[in-house]
Parts: sequence; structure tokens; C-alpha cells
Amino acid sequence: MGGGEGIRHDTKASSFLNCVCPEPGYNRARTPREFIMPDAKMTARSLSVRYGDKVGLNEVDLDLLAGQVTALIGPSGCGKSTFLRCLNRMNDTIDGAKVSGQVALDGQEIYGASGIDPVLLRARVGMVFQRPNPFPKSIYDNIAFGPRLHGLVAEGAAMDEVVTKSLERAGLWKEVKDRLGERGTGLSGGQQQRLCIARAIAVEPEVILMDEPCSALDPIATARIEELIDELSHSFTIVIVTHSMQQAARVSNFTAFFHLGRVVEVGATEQIFTAPSHELTQGYITGRFG
Amino acid sequence: MPHIVKSFDVELGKLEEGLARMGGMAESQLTGAIQALEGRDSELAGRIMADDDKVDGYETFINEQAIKLLALRAPVADDLRMVLAALKVAGEIERIADLAANAAKRSLVLNQLPLVAPMRSLIRLGRLAQIMVKDVLDAHLGHDAERALALRDRDQELDDVYSALFREILTYMMEDPRTITSCTHLMFIAKNLERIGDHATNIAELTHYRVTGKTVLEARTKRDVSSFIGVGGDLPDPG
Repeated sequence: MGGGEGIRHDTKASSFLNCVCPEPGYNRARTPREFIMPDAKMTARSLSVRYGDKVGLNEVDLDLLAGQVTALIGPSGCGKSTFLRCLNRMNDTIDGAKVSGQVALDGQEIYGASGIDPVLLRARVGMVFQRPNPFPKSIYDNIAFGPRLHGLVAEGAAMDEVVTKSLERAGLWKEVKDRLGERGTGLSGGQQQRLCIARAIAVEPEVILMDEPCSALDPIATARIEELIDELSHSFTIVIVTHSMQQAARVSNFTAFFHLGRVVEVGATEQIFTAPSHELTQGYITGRFG
Repeated sequence: MPHIVKSFDVELGKLEEGLARMGGMAESQLTGAIQALEGRDSELAGRIMADDDKVDGYETFINEQAIKLLALRAPVADDLRMVLAALKVAGEIERIADLAANAAKRSLVLNQLPLVAPMRSLIRLGRLAQIMVKDVLDAHLGHDAERALALRDRDQELDDVYSALFREILTYMMEDPRTITSCTHLMFIAKNLERIGDHATNIAELTHYRVTGKTVLEARTKRDVSSFIGVGGDLPDPG
């Protein structure tokens, strides 16, 4: 599970409360808001990725805090998706991609000889892609696939429970409970994406990576996914790549701005969208880029 | 650097221009009110009172423009701060112009009565307020956070003059009860001018926020001690 329980600090919620009902005598100058920094769930240090001569990611240092939603934003080709794919070694599957530097999950290196086995790593660090990609199997089998692969759950009642629970958590249960035997590919786009999220959480990952999960969805399906991200953030560490800055602003606690393979600025989402420190960040989020 | 979407710049430009015009209008209202007081010019005072509607009109325009920008462009970062500051600054300017118009209104009564001596100090207070409003609006439109913060501290000077004037007017009333009508009006006008200084201070703080993204946190020293002044009593330290 997320590992952030007890030290979780919901930046958005608390700042909202501060706005709505400041305590009597509330004075930010005198009483700085208590902020207990959660531990980093994943850390990247001097992380670089090269595709042949091309540099995809250049010496990136970034912490992904436990139980928080971190949004990665930046123009196309800035390295945000490359960074995301490094977090569960998806770049291993790309020919010519060379990764250097360190990435750690709970302090344990994921690359190199002492690294975590990629298959086990991907069970702990799940991924949801841009286009919903359910398996051409039944809804039930889509969810049961991961737990079966990793031998986590016995078939029968235990598996039924995992399928039910995962679909419930993904907010899809009510819509599909009477047709679990039907093909996942027959669902609507938004339902398919929630099915993919249910599939990702069925193996009880610790981190969920999302690569533009709403870019193929309409605003209503997008809102459902965003609500889901909010709920899931209570149990998981979430990293989301998005081209929609409004989405980053809505769903994340922290935002990192990438440009030309580097992290230009990272900070609380509220700060990034009201008073960014770096001129490049400001130029990008306000639409005055290059 | 301009926005990629040029019409966004056009919309923001309209807001900025509206604010500049509104500020200019409020400045001339205040200048006119002081002139009307000094020159005992009832005709000018009447014009000032009538023109207050124009300032209100500008405020409506700025409010509508800001709401439109928020709804349709969802501005962030410095754009967001610009729109929010414009909304609030327009509110402050409207109050400044309102207080100036009220001073002009009272001058109509004063012109019917004999001139009283504290008028000279009142004009001095008015000039101070006038300079402060002009400078603070220049700082806002010039995005000058440092100058705005420096102006914020200048409000103390205004408070000092106001407190001294309060005592002076009180003394005159005690010495010659026939001046009570004039002096009471002077007292209200003085309070209006002191309030104008406070609104200018608010604009200075909004300018700082608009430029830096940081709220001014240190409390300002308040030097208006008139609330503590009694008849012949000692003045407690306002701290």
C-alpha cells in the first residue's frame, strides 16, 4: 500500500480549509502552517536517458512523495513520458534506449545488477496508458490477469473478491456487475480506461503511473477519472503525465515542469500555478512559450 | 513575452487600460475635490459629485472584463494575479473616488459658512493623499513592487498629519463653538482623506502581490491616533 498513511498531507485540502475557515487569530506570518513532509516513495538521481545520439532525459533529480499525486507537465518531447517510463523500466523495451543514473523505490535501486526484477517491479509500480488498452478477454479476466500472473490469489471466491473490489475502487462495478463475462473491449472509452485502472490496482501496486490517461476521453469520462485519481491517492502514490495544465492543477498535489529533458521547477501545485519561480514555467503555463 | 493566443493579450490589455483610465479618473476627482475646497468653488464641487458615476462605470467594466477572463481563459500564474489584482484594485479606486466625491459634497456646505483656519492643514492632508494615490497607481501600472512597498510605509505620514489635524480642529471647536458646523465637516473630510491613504496602501499591497506572487505579511504601523484623543486627556501610546 501507499506507505504514506499517518504522514499524509493533503496540500489541496488543507489549503482549501485555510481559505474557508481560518482559525481565530489566524496569521500566516506568525503561525506557519504545519507541514510534515511525506517520505519520498520513489527517487530519481542524475537520471539520464539516451536514444542513440538523442538525449531524452538529462541528469534529472526528482522525488515522488508517498501518498501524493505528482503531475509531470511540459511541452512535447520535454522528457516527461520518458521519465515516467523509467519509473517501472518500460524503457527497457525500447531499442537503443540507454538509461543511466539511479531510480529507487523505497530506497531500493530498480536498475542495475542489484535492481528489482522488472516483472516484480511492474507489479509494484503499475501503469495506465494514454489509450485504454483492455485485453481482448472478458471484463473478469482483464482484472484477474495480473493476480493470476503473479500467483497472488487463488481462483474462485478469493479471485471473485479481488475482481469485485478492484472494479469497485475504480468506480466501474455498478456499470459492469451484470456483464463480467462480456469483453472489456466492448465498453465505452471512459469505461475501458477505468477497467485498465481496475486492472492496474488488482495486483495491489504501491505506485500508479498514468501517461495522459484522459487524452482520449470526453469531459465527463475525464471528470470520472479525475475523481478516481483523487480517491486512489489515499492509497497509492500517483504520478501523472498530462498535457492539460488545468488537469494537472485539478488533480495533483505537486507539479514538476520538464523542459528539454530537464526538470526546470518542482513544487506544490498551488505555488506552481499561482506564483511559479522560474520564467520558463511561467511562460509555459500561461501560454507564452517560445 | 506575448501569449501564443494573441486575443488573450488583447483581453488582458483591455483590463489594464480600463484600470489605467479608472485610476486617472479617480486621481482627477481627488485633485478636483481639493481644488474645490481650497478655492471654495461650488461649481467644481458639483462636477466632481456628478462625475462619480463615471468612476463607477469603469469599475463595472473592469469587473465584467475580469469575470470574462476568468471564465473563458482560466488564467494562471502572473496572468491570474493580474486579473485578481485588477478586480480588487478597481474596488479600492472606486472607494477613493467615492470619498473624494463626499469631500466635494461637504465643501458645498463649507462654502456657505465663514472660512475656518484648520482648512489650511486640511488642504495639506489632501495634497499628501493626492500624491500617494498618484504614486501608488503609477507603481501598480508600472508593475513596481519595491516602489509600492515604499509607498505603503508613507501612509504613516498621512496618519501623523491627520492626527495633528484632528487635535487642531478639536481645539478650534472648543475655543469658538460657532465653528462647530464647519469644523465637523472638516473632520469628516479629514477622515475621508485618511481613508483614501488606507485604500492607497491596499493598492500598494495588491501591487506587491501582483508582481511577486507573495502576500505582504508584516503588519503596517498604524499612526492614526485620533481614536485615542479625548478632551484634555492624555494620549495613550497606540503601540
